[in-house]
Amino acid sequence: MAELNKKLNENMYLCHIDDIEEGASKGFLSDESGSDLFFIVKQEGQLFGWRNACPHVDGAPMAWRKDAYMNSQHTFISCHAHGALFEPNTGLCVQGPCLGKSLKPVPVYVNQAGKVSILLTDIR
Amino acid sequence: MKIIGLETIVFGVEDIAACSIFLTDYGLFPVDVTETGGRFEALDGTAVVLAHASDDSLPASIGNGCMMRKTVMGVADVETIQAITEELSKDREVKTLADGSIESTDDSGFVIGFQVTKRKTINLAGEISNVPGSPFQRPVNHRAVDVDAEQIRPRTLSHIVYFVPDPVKAEAFYVERLGFRCTDRFEGVGPFLQPAGTLDHHTHFLIGAPPFMQGVEHFTFHFGGPTEVMQNGSRFIEKGYQAFWGPGRHILGSNWFWYFNSPFACHIEMDADMDLHDKNWEPRVSPMGADASQAFLLRYRNKWSPGKDTTENGDYE
Repeated sequence: MAELNKKLNENMYLCHIDDIEEGASKGFLSDESGSDLFFIVKQEGQLFGWRNACPHVDGAPMAWRKDAYMNSQHTFISCHAHGALFEPNTGLCVQGPCLGKSLKPVPVYVNQAGKVSILLTDIR
Repeated sequence: MKIIGLETIVFGVEDIAACSIFLTDYGLFPVDVTETGGRFEALDGTAVVLAHASDDSLPASIGNGCMMRKTVMGVADVETIQAITEELSKDREVKTLADGSIESTDDSGFVIGFQVTKRKTINLAGEISNVPGSPFQRPVNHRAVDVDAEQIRPRTLSHIVYFVPDPVKAEAFYVERLGFRCTDRFEGVGPFLQPAGTLDHHTHFLIGAPPFMQGVEHFTFHFGGPTEVMQNGSRFIEKGYQAFWGPGRHILGSNWFWYFNSPFACHIEMDADMDLHDKNWEPRVSPMGADASQAFLLRYRNKWSPGKDTTENGDYE
């Protein structure tokens, strides 16, 4: 059990910070139908991780194409089910069916070498 | 009024290039498409029309991020255009456009248009199953499945689903002013509506929702059968598009469905084999919910059998 807990506390390396462009998004841990478990967006050089689950319907996937979570102006995260818009840094829905609700965060870590990771415990 | 069904749905979008690739991958034919937009046609010529969101020739957006700017319905003849003009002119503006079509608004504020249909006749068999005892069988040596088939093509625009703030008022407009019929209803949600010129279970479905949600839930084209829906949907997923619900089969309307997210702030569906109803049909009333919406739902699986790639000692190696 201690061994398992140690393993779950380990970081899971995802990509390099430069692999995600400013205003863009990238999804991770896809299932068999190509739907990601979570995604990361970059805004003003900072990374924010969110579960790929629109609050309008429990677990509704949000991208319209692999990694395409942003609106066309790259200003908001968008759920491409009904066009809901979310602030990239807070996850708050500012337009759409889930107005006022928030995305569920996934803490993202970036080390000095620019390696991006998450804790496995955070996505259990 | 001989309204046949949807003729075109017009969207104003920011990223025409991305939306064009999406619609082409869905199976529509790009026609006269440039960087400013164009038509994406099904086999019968019904279409999605794209233009840039800033294009002044488009009707204004209703807001809420809704990208759908206009729903154009096809009608049988000029007499129907005249009849609709006469009816709607009683209490609202009806514009006649340069192409002879007319434009007005429904009671929810959506811009609607009517034109004499330009649908081409499709003479192409749909999916036929080999069923013991059935008089309808596929020709001998005709294969039902062709994994190398070229791009699968949608046949015709099927239906659009609106979120409306007042579903009773919205329904009354289509039924009392335009001669639609309610074929079935989700209790407390809204009606499935069929215009007088088609037997399709519905061309419109209305969902009551708060005003800040007014917009489109989804739109869809009919495909040639469940195999086309599943083969086209599977290829769509392989190209990276994101499925939302399906494949499965609805209860009301019986149509096969597969819903996907889209860059149009609404879902897009692939559907097939919808029920046909005439005036002898008695509308049903159902509570809305997944259980009442899906007769069954199928799941995709990448790997379905161990075997060739199973190691000598299984997971104990």
